[in-house]
Amino acid sequence: MAKLIMIHPDKCTGCKNCVVACSYAKEKQFRPAAARVHVYSWEREGISVPMMCQQCNDAPCASVCPTGAMHRVTGSTLIEYDASKCIRCRMCVQACPFGNAVYDSVTDSILKCDTCDDNPSCVAACPVHAIEYVEENVATRSRKKAFAQKFKEAFQEVA
Amino acid sequence: MYGWTGIILRVNLTTGEIKKEPTNLQDAKLFIGARGLASKILTDEIDPKIDPLSAENKLIFAPGPLSGTMAPSMGRYDVVCKAPLTGLLAASNSGGSFGPEIKFAGYDLVIVEGAAKKPVYLWINDDNVEIRDASEIWGKNVPDTTEALRAATDEDAKVACIGPAGEKKVLFASIMNEMHRAAGRSGVGAVMGSKNLKAVVVVGTKPIAVADPEAFEKAVMVARKKITEHPVGGTGLRVYGTDVLTNILNSVGSLPTRNFHEGYFPNADKFGGESLTAKYLTRPRGCFSCIISCGRATKVTNPKYAGEGEGPEYETAWGFGSDCGIDNMDAVVKANFICNELGLDTITMATTIACAMDLYESGFITGKDTGGLAVKFGDADTMLKLVEMTANREGFGDQLAEGSFRLATRYGHPEYSMSAKKQEMPAYDPRGIQGIGLHYATSNRGGCHVRGYTISPEVLGVPFKVDQHATEGKPQLVITFQNLTAALDSTGSCLFTTFGIGAEELAALLSAVTGVTYTVDDFMKAGDRIWNLERLFGLKSAITGKDDRLPDRMSKEPIPAGPSKGEISHLDKMLPEYYTLRGWDSKGVPTPEKLHDLSLA
Repeated sequence: MAKLIMIHPDKCTGCKNCVVACSYAKEKQFRPAAARVHVYSWEREGISVPMMCQQCNDAPCASVCPTGAMHRVTGSTLIEYDASKCIRCRMCVQACPFGNAVYDSVTDSILKCDTCDDNPSCVAACPVHAIEYVEENVATRSRKKAFAQKFKEAFQEVA
Repeated sequence: MYGWTGIILRVNLTTGEIKKEPTNLQDAKLFIGARGLASKILTDEIDPKIDPLSAENKLIFAPGPLSGTMAPSMGRYDVVCKAPLTGLLAASNSGGSFGPEIKFAGYDLVIVEGAAKKPVYLWINDDNVEIRDASEIWGKNVPDTTEALRAATDEDAKVACIGPAGEKKVLFASIMNEMHRAAGRSGVGAVMGSKNLKAVVVVGTKPIAVADPEAFEKAVMVARKKITEHPVGGTGLRVYGTDVLTNILNSVGSLPTRNFHEGYFPNADKFGGESLTAKYLTRPRGCFSCIISCGRATKVTNPKYAGEGEGPEYETAWGFGSDCGIDNMDAVVKANFICNELGLDTITMATTIACAMDLYESGFITGKDTGGLAVKFGDADTMLKLVEMTANREGFGDQLAEGSFRLATRYGHPEYSMSAKKQEMPAYDPRGIQGIGLHYATSNRGGCHVRGYTISPEVLGVPFKVDQHATEGKPQLVITFQNLTAALDSTGSCLFTTFGIGAEELAALLSAVTGVTYTVDDFMKAGDRIWNLERLFGLKSAITGKDDRLPDRMSKEPIPAGPSKGEISHLDKMLPEYYTLRGWDSKGVPTPEKLHDLSLA
């Protein structure tokens, strides 16, 4: 069954272990600007949100790509990037509604999450399970259940 | 270049000159980075006798070679300068992402010299560095400053700034980064204010390279595992924050209470970590590369004290709590928020108020001095008012802004200041815990717990338990902790990694990142070298061995009640042995042989 990367901003501490792990996995050095995951923090409220490619089913980056560099292999859940076909027109960068496809001038390539061949480094590095790699059909089950528990407690108090 | 970037950024605010110069790698090997390397540069470049608030002082922002890597919980930096509170070297340590961002911009250190004529901020965008006008944000608090500067530069920029307290040169003003992370102690914010420097804003996109990736990955895995599996580093601090210590210190009768008159506070649980987690915690927060997450995003809903922010740490909860005789947690958390917003060190702020309460109740300060305020132990609302008055140097607050030593001296009773070398002692009673008293008395920045945290073995039993009331063996214990911490601070590591790892793991990480081989002995010797460098500066700038002491109250007034009832500090028994083991003469001066051995002569 297919898996997806699920984020839990309620658990995220803003530590950026995912960011350093990603840049290290891809480049063997620490360059957050080259990470395929970024963490944004709102300090007044103490909330952080990790952001990375959603591997959209109808992916705008693949739709606009004129050379097929950004593409989906039939049957795969991943949007893959083939640098050899890429002409660096950056249409994918323009098209991604999340800002998750990024052009990197250092490597002259498009950076986006490829789930590290089904073994995401960011997930392994997260100390609080704020990023998980889960079966897509049950991805929200634990979140739903956590909310269900709040209802349960409310009902228990009433009863 | 590995670990280190090899470049130092030097900015002169008087002339406007901006220079990039190579890092002296020989010094980098000997002093590592952060606290150590910045202290080496500062002591080489300034006259120890200068006025800390003059343009001759320098302000160094210093991450370490491990900052910015995935070494766990090692993304910290130090702010180093001559300290206005003590006249000693300040190296105030802070977390968040600001230190790593300096590295990503390409710099080992940022040295700020001189003083600007008008308010300015420093904008570092990789190679592009500008001194920009800050007149429109001068006067703003920390969160508003941070947001205004992000709007003016880059929405994700890392901002370290001062609040009104730093602008008004409160002697214990902090520098705050990312709103809630504080380079708190010794008044580094006042030095920044004296330079008319409102903020340093950084964006970096460059890499930090690793010399030996294979060894580094292995060392990271080992360190992560040991820290995560440790009950303190892996669980206690994440669930309860550092404030978990309140009930622990109270249970051993060493929770200083009412300006250190007592060592036990019956209502301590009201401001302990368990209460914090139950009633105030929104979620745990982590600094860059942190796997511990002791940071507390918190909220007070009581309309009278409403606010949100981060904290309190244990020492803050203790200071505004039992040291002021207060058990109102809403007010304690609120006091922490105000300190962060206005840019004040919470420890010196709280203990200076406790000192004022003590002087007032003893009749040495009256309503005439305070502008009519009754400054009494236990009065939370007056405490909160005094925090704001201090940050703005308003009325009686102008006197509190000088810290407890100058306050108590002004009224003829310096013995009421619970300080060592003019910096206030934190939350561990040196009468009930002998080793920490020896550390306070000998610490190179005055009263301070984070440069020789013997609480770990003396109270927590980490890595082994020793008798808190014994003096035997304490001098060596204190020296080992002081040296280890000096080296650890200089790597960029958080002190809390030592709940899990020690010199061996740190030396392995440092060697793998930098490509310079550090054995455990090399690492500990670097710590010894840094400690002696700081001592030499202190002896030239502000102190003699006679200042290695504690307030008289610690040796003359036994703890009156609780589990440590009857105890006093036996500093005199421990100090001579400490000097001998340090390789110092009977006056506390490092011998020529010692300095030669450490390559300091």
